[in-house]
Amino acid sequence: MSNIKYILGSFGDPDEMLTGIKKLQDNNISIYDVYTPMPIHGIEAKLGVKRSRLDIAAFFFGITGTITMLTGVYLATAVDWPVNIGGKTHFAFPDFVPITFELTILFCAFGLVGSYYASTHLFPGRAPRVMDLRATDDRFVIAIDAKQNAEHDKIDELLKSAGALEVKHNERKYISYE
Amino acid sequence: MAGHNESILREPLITGKDITYARITEEILSPVENKPNKAWWIGFILALCGATLWIVSVGYTFWFGIGAWGLNKTVGWAWDITGFVWWVGIGHAGTLISAVLLLFRQNWRNSINRSAEAMTIFAVICAATYVVSHMGRPWLAYWVLPLPNQFGSLWVNFNSPLVWDMFAISTYFSVSLLFWYTGLLPDIATIRDRATGVRKKVYTIFSFGWSGSVKTWQRFEAVSLILAGISTPLVLSVHTIVSMDFATSVIPGWHTTIFPPYFVAGAIFSGFAMVLTLLLVVRKVLGLENYITMFHIESMNKIIILTGSIVGVAYLTELFIAWYSGSQYELYAFQNRIAGPFAWAYWLMMTCNVISPQLLWFKKIRTNIAATWVLSIVVNIGMWFERFVIIVTSLHRDYLPSSWTMFSPTWVDVGVFVGSIGVFFTLFLLFLRVLPSIAIAEVKMILKSSSEQTKLKLIKEGNLDKEHVQEYIDSLEKFDSVKQEEYAKI
Repeated sequence: MSNIKYILGSFGDPDEMLTGIKKLQDNNISIYDVYTPMPIHGIEAKLGVKRSRLDIAAFFFGITGTITMLTGVYLATAVDWPVNIGGKTHFAFPDFVPITFELTILFCAFGLVGSYYASTHLFPGRAPRVMDLRATDDRFVIAIDAKQNAEHDKIDELLKSAGALEVKHNERKYISYE
Repeated sequence: MAGHNESILREPLITGKDITYARITEEILSPVENKPNKAWWIGFILALCGATLWIVSVGYTFWFGIGAWGLNKTVGWAWDITGFVWWVGIGHAGTLISAVLLLFRQNWRNSINRSAEAMTIFAVICAATYVVSHMGRPWLAYWVLPLPNQFGSLWVNFNSPLVWDMFAISTYFSVSLLFWYTGLLPDIATIRDRATGVRKKVYTIFSFGWSGSVKTWQRFEAVSLILAGISTPLVLSVHTIVSMDFATSVIPGWHTTIFPPYFVAGAIFSGFAMVLTLLLVVRKVLGLENYITMFHIESMNKIIILTGSIVGVAYLTELFIAWYSGSQYELYAFQNRIAGPFAWAYWLMMTCNVISPQLLWFKKIRTNIAATWVLSIVVNIGMWFERFVIIVTSLHRDYLPSSWTMFSPTWVDVGVFVGSIGVFFTLFLLFLRVLPSIAIAEVKMILKSSSEQTKLKLIKEGNLDKEHVQEYIDSLEKFDSVKQEEYAKI
């Protein structure tokens, strides 16, 4: 068997790429991943990417911020160092709405973006796993695992008939690092 | 998705012929990948001179103390807080464009959001420098934070709007930065994959290993949407809290409930004016006329008329309430603004903010680049004077006529302000050189649905309502980047 690890179908147009995905799937050829220079709506369902749960996470991060601020302010103003301001209540709730709101947003945003980076493995200095350098420029790339799908000629043909400008047989998975 | 046709009645968001994905990348990245031209260098050197002036003035302030400014015992707040509120206001457009317009699905935001957000971040940095430099003892700046301390666990005053402001500004800055940087990741990856050598290494670090796979993109869009959802109330809250710095005091002219909405409208007004001031130049110098089109300019001008009119109504409401409240102090504060020794500032504010933006009702002016640019600067000047009028005229004649006085700035006041503009432009010009000034991925998203070439193709196919096509062609007349001859034949 050959050393080919991945077959890449490189398309110049997102709609042609969608045709390519459909043709491959109709022929029971599993797609490893798709790399595009912009988000293509609707392909996540086709490729079995589940709905994001980041919204749920964001909610809980936000609530954590709310609770942190209210607890912190309560401890500071009513327990630790109560100040008598004209006999008013120590824990003057309406005064603390603006800052509680701000901390809710702050926790929510940092928690959300942090979870996003963690779940998609994004962090400073991470070696980019790129299969085709033009996938961030003007090419829409379908990657197929060559070991799992044996009929390479058929894959080539399907990709070309869908409008692929180029079909590459890569012997290395990622070309972006030595 | 990409294949959906948009109604022909909508004006194109990308003009020009033969625009391809590759060409979008090429054109937007050209200032990043090539040596800067003369215009950039001239601008950069000027900005750097300004930034130097800022360092000198702020250094002088730190060395000699706040006494270096023109403040006196009656006017204890003047150019410092004016500059602070002005910069925070300018910092509102970026997040408004990226968050509010995203929630409203306004696709025209796609080509202006990136530089507007960058502008927001730099404007908030300028605002923050004011906060620190006006403290007098900047090395104690951490006292504004509720940190456990050695003073018998004395806490900050959580009832004070100044403390709320600290929370609001720092949250706003860090959330805007996250929003901006996350949006930049795919574009940094684009630069990375085209670069070689050291540049590649640097952009690799900053691209966080972005690959553009399906899951990353899908989560990316989810994150953008949620961030937009939480940033929208955040933007409104920030200037609301800034206005509370004044509104919760008992100074006549400040102590009004109209301040929060009035300040928010004013912030959006000045923010959009600054976006126009910058982008009209950027579009010309970097040759981005096909992406930042007349439609974008006109849309921003429409927002300026709206928010400018809200600000105008707020000015008049303030006057009415000053009389209707029956409070003689309140009434005097406004009589003093209109006819007192600072009347020139009041009328300059009225002219720049209320009268001159009304010129934008005329389509000829709204779609004229030179006129728009001049008006945007007039608005910036007017909004600076608005803050000056609110702050100084309310303070300089207080309850005791014996302490009435005037305010005049020293060279240090002027230096800090002019210098902060220099800092802002230095940062903005550096941004243009190292990062794409337009969100590349987002512009690519609308290429197949909203570009002029797609619409022209649809017209040529001929299955459209003739009246609609005529209306569309008429709407193209104002575009300076559209070749009108193409349409004369149809």
